[in-house]
Order: sequence, then structure tokens, then C-alpha cells
Amino acid sequence: MVISRESISWVIGGPQGSGVDSASHIFLKSIAMSGLNVFGKREYHSNIKGEHSYFSVRFSNQIVRSPVDDIDILVTFDAETIVRHSPFVLKGGIMIYDPDVIGKKIEDINTLDESSEKRISDILKSKSKEFSLAGIIEELKERKVILVELPYTKLINKFSEQIQDHTLSKLARITNVMSLAASLAVLDFDILLMEQGILDTFANKPKIAELNVKAANYTYSYVKEKFGAIPEKFSFVTKIHNEVNGSSIIAQGNQTSPLGKMVAGCRFQTYYPITPATDDSEYLESNQILDQKDKNNGSVAVIQTEDEIAAITMAIGAALTGVRACTTTSGPGFSLMAEALGWAGINEVPLLVSLYQRAGPSTGLPTRQEQGDLLFAINAGHGELPRIVYSSGDIEESFYDTIRVFNYADIFQTPVIHMLDKYLSNSIITCSPFEYKNLKIERGKILEGKSIDIKQQGFSDHFKRFKLSDDPISLRVPLGTENGIFWNTGDEHDEMGHITEDPETRISMMEKRLSKLELIQSRIPEEEQITIEFENNASDNVKKLMVIVSWGSTKGAILDSLEKITEADDTTQFLYLQIKLLNPFPARLLEDIVSNKIEKLNTIDKSSSSIETIVTIIEMNYLSQLDVLLKQNTTLRSDHNILKYNGRPMSHTEIYNSLINIINNQSERRVILKNGV
Amino acid sequence: MEYKLADFKTQVHNDWCAGCGDFGILNAIQMSLYELEIPPHQAAIFSGIGCSGKTPHFINTFGIHTLHGRVLPFAQGAKLANPNLKILAVGGDGDGLGIGSGHFVNSGRRNIDITYIIYNNGVYGLTKGQASPTLKLGMKTKSLPQPNVNDSINPIALACISGFTYIARGYSYDIKHLKEVIKKGIEHSGLSFIDVLQPCPTYNDINTKEWYQSFTLDENNPSIKIPKIYKLEEEGYNGVVDNDEEPSDKIIKAIEKSKEWENRIPVGVFYENKNTPTYEERLQSRINNYKEYPPALQTIKDENGNPNINIDRLIDELRTK
Repeated sequence: MVISRESISWVIGGPQGSGVDSASHIFLKSIAMSGLNVFGKREYHSNIKGEHSYFSVRFSNQIVRSPVDDIDILVTFDAETIVRHSPFVLKGGIMIYDPDVIGKKIEDINTLDESSEKRISDILKSKSKEFSLAGIIEELKERKVILVELPYTKLINKFSEQIQDHTLSKLARITNVMSLAASLAVLDFDILLMEQGILDTFANKPKIAELNVKAANYTYSYVKEKFGAIPEKFSFVTKIHNEVNGSSIIAQGNQTSPLGKMVAGCRFQTYYPITPATDDSEYLESNQILDQKDKNNGSVAVIQTEDEIAAITMAIGAALTGVRACTTTSGPGFSLMAEALGWAGINEVPLLVSLYQRAGPSTGLPTRQEQGDLLFAINAGHGELPRIVYSSGDIEESFYDTIRVFNYADIFQTPVIHMLDKYLSNSIITCSPFEYKNLKIERGKILEGKSIDIKQQGFSDHFKRFKLSDDPISLRVPLGTENGIFWNTGDEHDEMGHITEDPETRISMMEKRLSKLELIQSRIPEEEQITIEFENNASDNVKKLMVIVSWGSTKGAILDSLEKITEADDTTQFLYLQIKLLNPFPARLLEDIVSNKIEKLNTIDKSSSSIETIVTIIEMNYLSQLDVLLKQNTTLRSDHNILKYNGRPMSHTEIYNSLINIINNQSERRVILKNGV
Repeated sequence: MEYKLADFKTQVHNDWCAGCGDFGILNAIQMSLYELEIPPHQAAIFSGIGCSGKTPHFINTFGIHTLHGRVLPFAQGAKLANPNLKILAVGGDGDGLGIGSGHFVNSGRRNIDITYIIYNNGVYGLTKGQASPTLKLGMKTKSLPQPNVNDSINPIALACISGFTYIARGYSYDIKHLKEVIKKGIEHSGLSFIDVLQPCPTYNDINTKEWYQSFTLDENNPSIKIPKIYKLEEEGYNGVVDNDEEPSDKIIKAIEKSKEWENRIPVGVFYENKNTPTYEERLQSRINNYKEYPPALQTIKDENGNPNINIDRLIDELRTK
């Protein structure tokens, strides 16, 4: 079904290494500069060159937070992109393609996967078309898709004559900018903004920038001449331009968390190369010299280690010196870190692990999306230790959450696992610039200074790192503090930190550490544990309460869907809750929020029939791991689980459809989403 | 403040076996720190797992008893975050050359200024005497059900090709010599490795104290006793790379020397190269105030608890207008 006509969906695809990324960057930047909101996501194979990759962008005059499956404008470099994506181009949509690729046989595209081949084959068969690219083109024409031919080779030759530059090898790389200019031409987009977008993308390469601007302008005029009238439905793009006020930023997930780290005071980060976590460390290292407010320069040491075991243990070693330290990884790396996580737990070391999930188990789908590591993050490591597992729902949130999680680590002196994922990391959004200057850095019980006054701090003769008292959090000093000598060991320890197997001390130390779990729940503000993301004003005759519970990056598609649904439906009361603190699990808080809502609705509704409550859990895994936590910790029981595990993020389209089915009592208990190329 | 040797000792009960070679190493470390006048709070000793792993608990400096095989990355993390600390790392041969061998090799690539001491006794003592990576092929200690089926690692040679810049060996019953070797290692600016031959009296009944301290008789003159352990410096060996010398020549000589075993076992400095930049120096070339303002000493919040940083420049890069 067709939804969100006020937004346009643009997809660009081609073989990896062909310039899909830079073309989409220019496109995003140009569109964002016009004041529109954008959401973009990158999909790619675990491959360097040749396999299919694509970037899908959705833009609107309103906030957009997620991708849709339908395509308004499809930009292709090769035959494979046509085969894979053209079935999703809407009636009246546009496809930009190179007529030279039409001669290619579908069966000769050896990087094409079976599901895409079958999809196109079924479509062509049902429409009695030949199984060929020509057949696809015919089918698209029948569906009233506007076809924009862009004969790249011919255009490059003409362009090179025009600019008197015949180094074709260099010019071959301008196909991406040509395709992008063609897309902007059909939108009748401001040509100056296009130029700015190009200059921004090639900011460090003025000569290349100039060439690209020329090529873009050349293509823009070519397309304008040939395909004059733009479809009416795209016209809002030009109308909106300059209507939207205020400045915004355009940021990727793999930039926002490292930006948060800089603000939080993280000055030491380790990593071992792994997709999709490495971008975080690369951004941090690229910007490792920091401007301080006091005009000094700070810096972040970013260390590439020999493996993830070294990465986490090096970060722990650093944390012992008092610095805020972090290690950044994905599933396979996190698996290797489990033992050291326990060491940080027993020694009460504040440590942050940024866990960018990807599809597992094992190597799984290394470049694809999944939320499959929730239960593992909560349970990784042997024995019992208090740890915080905290998740971010979107790119903007991930910035602010990063400062929070560092505070938690320091305040509770324990490891924190910050759950992020491939989808967040490789997506891009427009949002408000970060308001960071008044954020608080809370370091908890750490002694800052070169020495410690033992008597003043209440110690009789020697500093005791693990002093037992009413507060499970004891004073921490950095390595190097005078009079502050302490010991750490992975063995059970006494107050000094020396090994002990004494049964009484064991009880005290277990209770010291594990009572932090209750402390965490009582000290972290409720609104940081669970967020009420959406609540509509349903009418008085509301019949249903639909409680939606999710965690992490499915948030955007859920919010987009709920906004759309409630435009038309006011007989269902929606309550959408996002669980941010996943361990310790805020069970009572969750139950209270839901029961308060039910109570409130029943008071309003004077009729005798009580309101039907439906609980739906939405997450990207097979087992519905959040549901496991709900069953384990609460009396809430789910009625539906909307799940997905094909490695492609949930789209607005499929969540919208699934929720509508649930409302209409036409849904299975388990709804397995399957969209995505 | 002046420190006494006693200031480097703790009251913690030492539960190593009577006659354990570890005691000599512990004493040598304490004496080294004392003689180098390193204030206890400026030193941190990291250890792996096993009998040797308990070392930090007996020394009155910061003592970080880490995980099996992971002592080097823990120690390197602390040193890089605060290069003002004196960092020692200690562990067994199984810890450093078996489970931790990847870290051993990769630490060499960095050359961080820490001193790493391996307590080398050929067995996994704390788990009751299994063969360790340094036990020779075919050896059958009393705790093994069958002779050792694996060949052994040569720790000195491995350190040579991994990039360690100070490589030495000591013997745990010659504390005076061992102490000097350790002191040189601590003073060396860069990654130091000290292989300490350390009899395990309980499980290694082959490489015993008596074995190490035995003699052979000179073939030509049986009245001359040739001790098994000899000091490199006493036999004219010089492993220090001079300024105008190729390090690789000295490395090859050190590897050749490291092959000597059975009748003649060298101790002392096999190799030292002061010209390789440390990792800290490499960081300094990127971050020009790294040493004076390292990660651990940076001010991250102001008096109001707000971030002491300005990321406006980076936010501007992301602005749409």
C-alpha cells in the first residue's frame, strides 16, 4: 500500500566501489541544505568491490525517521540495480538508467541473489513479459514509471569534448555525480544547492570538486531539456525550499556516538577492526585533537589492538588510571570480551563497551542489521556481576546516551554495555544541533587529586579500595595516587583487594557488588529507563489499548507508523514504550506505566465494557529477546511479536501494515517481516 | 621521602611452595624498585594467572592481578593512559607464551615503555604440572602421564623477532644478577623482556635447582668445572646496538645465543636497542602535548560539572546550512 505521500523515497544502487556512497552523500547534503528533513540508510555486502550496494534516502517537509519499501526515484548504474529494485518503483515514479545495460542478460548477472531473481521472474511471468531487461523496461512503462535514459558513456564523451579533457579514466568516475544531477533535475531542484553539495563532499579536493560541478551542471541541463515537465507530486520539494527555518545538522550514527564520547570526556578508546563498529573509532581518531573550553588541547588516544581481548583489557587498564575509557566492537568481538567483562565487574571498574550489533551468530551477516545480542549482552561472562545494558533508539539519542552511559559507569563503578547497531551506525538523519554545553559529567566516588588523606577519608591505616559500608559504591582512586595503593584481582578479594576465599568475605563482597543492581534502578531517573515515545489522544469511545514495547533502533519506523495510523484512527489508544535500560530490567516501572494507563482509560470510559489491551513487542531477532525479558521479569504478556531476522532493517511500510493488521484482528501472534533487498 | 626496602613489601601471607624459584624473583623486583628509588605509589605491577600471578599482592605498589594471558594489554592500557607510571608486568611461561602469545608478539610491535618478566619453569604449576610452552619436546616431568608431545618456544628468540627492545635472561637463584638485569630493564626506555629461569620444585623434576647449578667437566682438563649457567657479559658478549650499527645483526646474534641450552645456558642481556621510538613517542608525534597532558590527567569537566570541551567546530561540519 502507498503511504506518506508527503515524503519522497530515492534509492541509488550499483556495484560496491562505483561511487554510490559519494553520490548519496551529495544528494543528502543538497536536499538537507534546502531545509528538508532526510533519513538515509546504507546497505552493502561484506565485499570490497563488485557486489551490489545501495543507499536509500527518504526526505520530507516533516520529520522522517525510517525507510519505506516503495521507491519514488530509482537511480541505477548497472543492470543488477534495475533487476533488484525496479519492482519497488511506484506508479508515476522515476527510474534513471543507462540504456547500454539493457542488452545484459539477467542470468549473466552473477552477483544477483536468488530471491531478487525470483521476484523479477514472477513479475515478468505474471505480466507475460520476456525474462530480460527489455521485459523489465516494458513492464515499467506499463506501470507508468517515467524512464529517464542516461547514456553515461555517450554523455561522458560529449562532456569531455566540451571541457577539452580526454582523460577518460578520470572521467569514468563522474557517472555517480551525473546520476545524482539527473535525480535533482527531475525534482527541478535548486542547482546552486546541488553545487554546494558537491563542493562540500569534495571539500579537500578542489580540482575534483570543480570537475564534478561541471559534469553535474552538464547532466542537469541535459535532463532538463529532454524531460521538461516534472511530476506534480514532487513539486513540494521546490515549494518547501526556504520555508523551513532554523539550522539543523545531518549526522550519521557512527559520528554521533564518538561525538558524545568527546563531550563525555572519553580520552581512551581501543578497538579491533570489525564492521560496523570500526567507523566509530575512525571518526574519533580522525578528530583526536580536541578543543577545550580553557583553550588547551585535549586528545583521545585511539588504539588499534591485536584482538578484542586486548581491546577490552587495554581499556580496563586505562580505566584504572582514572581516564574514561571505552572499547568499541560488534558481536564476534564482544564474544571474545566476555571473560574480561567479568574482571571489570569484580574489580568494580567503570568501563564502556559500545556494542554495534550486526546479524549473528558467528560471522552471520557481517554488514547487516539485527538486534540479536540483547540476551548475550545481559548474560555475557561467567558468574554474576552487576552490569548496565543500555540502548539507544536513534542517531540523535545515541549522542546524549553516550554521555549518560559514561556517567552510569562512573557512578556505579561497573561496566556498561551501550547497545547500538549496524542500522544506526550506517544511517543518516537531519536533527537539531547537539546542545551539549550544559550536560553534566558525573564521575561518582572518585578521588581527584594527586594524593589521598587516609585519615580524613575515614581509613584507619591504609586505603581500602573495596571498603564495606552501607553504600555498595566505595571510593576509587586512580593508579599513581599517593597513599592510595590498592590491589585488584580477578579472584574474590578483601577490602584491600587481596585474594581471599573466606566464606564470610565472599558473602559481603557478592552483596556489595550485586546490590548495585537495585541501586542502579533506584538512582537512574525513570525517564532515562523507559521512555514513553508515543501516546495519542484517542476519542472517548476508545475500544482498544495498544501497548507497543520495543528497544533500540526500531523506534523510528514505529514512530513514523504510529503518527500515520493515528491520523486516521482515533478509536485505538496507543501507548508506545521504549525500554532503554535493559539490565537491570525496569520491571516494576514498566508494569506501573501500563497499569496506570489502563486505570486511567477505565476511569474515563464510563461504559460497562472494559477496554481491550493488546501488547505488541517489536524487535529485530527470532526469539523475541525482549519478550523473554518481559516474561522473566514482569507479569505483562505479549499478544503479538513483530519480528525480523533477514538482516534488513524494519521499514515504516511493514510496521505500518503489521500494526493495522493487529488493530483489525487479522494478525498472527508472531509476525515475521521479510522486506528488504 | 626516602623509602626503605621494607616499604616495598606487604604483610600478605605468601603461599608459594617452599623452595619455589618465585621467591627470588619477588625479592629481585622489590630490591630493584627500592634501589631505583621509585616511590611505591608511582609503580604498578600487573600480573597474569598462576603462581606468578600472585606476585603483586606481596609488593607494596599498585598491584593488578589480571586474567590468564592478558597481563600485557592490561599493563599497556595503563601505561598509555598515564605514561608517568612505572609499569611492570609479570606472568608465567604458560600465561605469556601459551594463552597470551598473541599479546607477546604484538606488544613487540608497539614498544611501550614497560618491563615484562616471565617466570619460566616449564610447567603449569597451579593446575598441577602440565607441560608449558617452554618445556622441551620429549621431556617427561613427574606430573606428566606421557612425555611432552609439543616442541618448545624459545622466548628470547621470539622477543627478538617481535620487536622487544631490551631482552635479557636471569636465574631466580642468582638474585644479585637478576636484580641488575631487572633494573636495566626498568631503566630501558621501551619494551623490556626478562626471561627468568625459575625451578618449580614441586612439578618440574628435570630443570631443578641442582640441574641449573650443575657443572660439566672440561674435556681437555677434567679438573676444570664448567658451570651450566654463565653470564653473557663475562664472556665478551655485547648485545647493545650502537648508534651506527644495524639492529638486525645484533638480533641475529642474540637469536644464535638464545639457542644455547643443556650444558651451557647464558644469562644477562641478549639484546638492547635504544634507538627504536617508543609507542609513547609515536603518539607524541600526533598529539604534541601527549606526555604532559596524557589521557588520565586531562580535565574533562569544568567547576560546574559541564563538559570542558568545545565541539562546535565538528558540529559546524555537520550543519546543513
